[in-house]
Amino acid sequence: MEKFDVIVVGAGPSGNAAAYTLAKAGLSVLQLERGEAAGSKNVQGAILYSDALEKVIPNFRDDAPLERHIIEQRMWVLDDESFIGTHFRSDDFNKPPYNRYTIIRAKFDKWFSKKVQEAGALIISETTVKELLRDKSGKVVGVETDRADGKVYADVVIMADGVNSTLARKAGFRPELDPKHVALAVKEIHFMPRETVEQRFNIKDDEGVVIEMLGKITQGMMGTGFLYTNSDSISIGVGCMLSDFMEQKLTPYDLLEQMKRHPSIQPLIQGGEMKEYTAHLIPEGGYHAIPRVYGDGWMIVGDSGMFVNAVHREGSNLAMTTGRMAAETIIELHRAGKPMSEANLALYKERLDDSFVMKDLKKYKDMPDIFHSNNQFFTTYPELLSRSAYTMLKVDGVDKLTKEKEIFASFKERRSLFGLLGDAFKLWRAFR
Amino acid sequence: MHSVVCIKQVPDSAQIRVHPVTNTIMRQGVPAIINPYDLFALEEALRLKDRFGGKVTVITMGPPQAEVALRKALSFGADDAILVTDKSFAGADTLATSYALAATIRQIAKESPVDMVFTGKQTIDGDTAQVGPGIAKRMDLQLLTYVSRIVSVDQDKREIVVERRAEGGVQVLKTSLPCLITMLEGSNQMRFGTMPDMFRAARYEMKFWDKTAAGIEDVTKIGLKGSPTVVNKVFTPSPRSEKAEMIAVEGGSPADVAVALLAKMAARFPLVEKELAKRA
Repeated sequence: MEKFDVIVVGAGPSGNAAAYTLAKAGLSVLQLERGEAAGSKNVQGAILYSDALEKVIPNFRDDAPLERHIIEQRMWVLDDESFIGTHFRSDDFNKPPYNRYTIIRAKFDKWFSKKVQEAGALIISETTVKELLRDKSGKVVGVETDRADGKVYADVVIMADGVNSTLARKAGFRPELDPKHVALAVKEIHFMPRETVEQRFNIKDDEGVVIEMLGKITQGMMGTGFLYTNSDSISIGVGCMLSDFMEQKLTPYDLLEQMKRHPSIQPLIQGGEMKEYTAHLIPEGGYHAIPRVYGDGWMIVGDSGMFVNAVHREGSNLAMTTGRMAAETIIELHRAGKPMSEANLALYKERLDDSFVMKDLKKYKDMPDIFHSNNQFFTTYPELLSRSAYTMLKVDGVDKLTKEKEIFASFKERRSLFGLLGDAFKLWRAFR
Repeated sequence: MHSVVCIKQVPDSAQIRVHPVTNTIMRQGVPAIINPYDLFALEEALRLKDRFGGKVTVITMGPPQAEVALRKALSFGADDAILVTDKSFAGADTLATSYALAATIRQIAKESPVDMVFTGKQTIDGDTAQVGPGIAKRMDLQLLTYVSRIVSVDQDKREIVVERRAEGGVQVLKTSLPCLITMLEGSNQMRFGTMPDMFRAARYEMKFWDKTAAGIEDVTKIGLKGSPTVVNKVFTPSPRSEKAEMIAVEGGSPADVAVALLAKMAARFPLVEKELAKRA
């Protein structure tokens, strides 16, 4: 009979952070992954937030495959022909240690998994966990895999099996996914010479640029687009709520194709060769959608626990942080010789509540609902903003006061005075 | 029954693409897999173990990263794995490769006599189908190529009966052990390893053999030195530019269409017309 201190199900950022931390502390760890290799199922934009990884692997910069460190952030609001936006670029971001990097997950995950293995965890891939094993009291005591003689035992099982988390759902720890709580995102990577990327974005060496986009590119659906510079490629993608896709009968692929044809985006990716196309679900239900994340002999981390901050496009850092905190909780109990009971594992939730993870998610708890029921933020406003900018900047003999009046009138016409005040209030409340 | 299975780690040719501008093969990011034909050899060896007991040893000659392929073979149920790796093997053609592998198998046999050697029918990257026969020749083993089924094995008489695909039919062949079999694709289906197999593969301490461990003394027979094959030129054949042509037919009854098509063919291939006229 195989028995470990901990079984980690899944080899994404949360599972890897957990398995690494546990193995490094000397616990016996089995990590199970259903994909062909650890990382083969993983998809992300992808931006790496140094802080979360640093707390797991302090010297990760020594050998992690990083693309570019981000020195410029652009926020674009787009209508069909234009974008209006802000660019923030600072040489402060050029001072090491760098804060954010673009990464290509296929390379990054290979590296991360190797680190987990070197730390001493046993990784077995191409193996799906069918269900949790429980004793008479209901305590989780291990897992049953899809292979013959597939039972494996452990003191505690960490479910890091991603947004779908069949395991947590089957066990009744988590409800079925609500389409209103998940975004479907698609992404392509377009390869082009390094110099081309650097010329197009006015960067050098390993400097990088990210563009976050909002507006008519999502055709009224709640969602955002993005464009990130890698070393010799560009990642471009768009994501919207699954429920919106279902209602509007649009396919994500069409949305991305249309976005790529936008006159402000097309020149940036022109001539590249598309080598990777991926799609993924993102749990964006926020604070209210988070299930119970621990119990007798089990814990939930990462996407599986809906730990994503959709407003700030943060997910992998929450995944790594929740994975690490679950691991640290187990290590503490293990060293004190305490059992992995529900009462003892409650320490994990306390740590989460005390960290940026829960604090941030709580801050934006009403955000998903507000944006979901107010699509003017994605259609009307981008158009009005673009038109205002166009009106003000076009020199055509009309005096500026008349132009201002015209702009205000167009806002009132589309949203009414109450509508405008109401929207402002909603935004203020959501970001408060 | 001790079987040695020779496998090769190859780039997944289904995922290789040719660069549209430079016409060179783009190797970047192409995953490495076990040569798919070798899996039929491995499964057949595992089935012999199921029937008669004994063990299966998997070997490969290649760079250190070929360890992944061997570990995968172990996860299917192989008992032992040896990676024969040495800088002096670089640049080996099929002659030098079969020399090195034959030496390795002889070393293995010193510890535990080898009854059968299995290989796939060929690799998907070289497509020569020469290494299997090369090993058999060097080790003076009976050689059975393109085997589609092992009919029976008589361990007392040291005899084996197999079906072999040949041009125009299936041959049933009997020979004596030890022998070398190159296995035909589609002859079996690779199993799904058990959980204990997965654990054993993950924990297995890989054996790395350099040329000394593999019992190779004559270095002129390995690597580039031992390889008479010269790659003169590598090129991508240009696609033939034959264009399809739509034949518009007035009226459009099936008979009209057929006549129009025949007329077109006759105009293009006069010899066909002559031949058809002669027969008619």
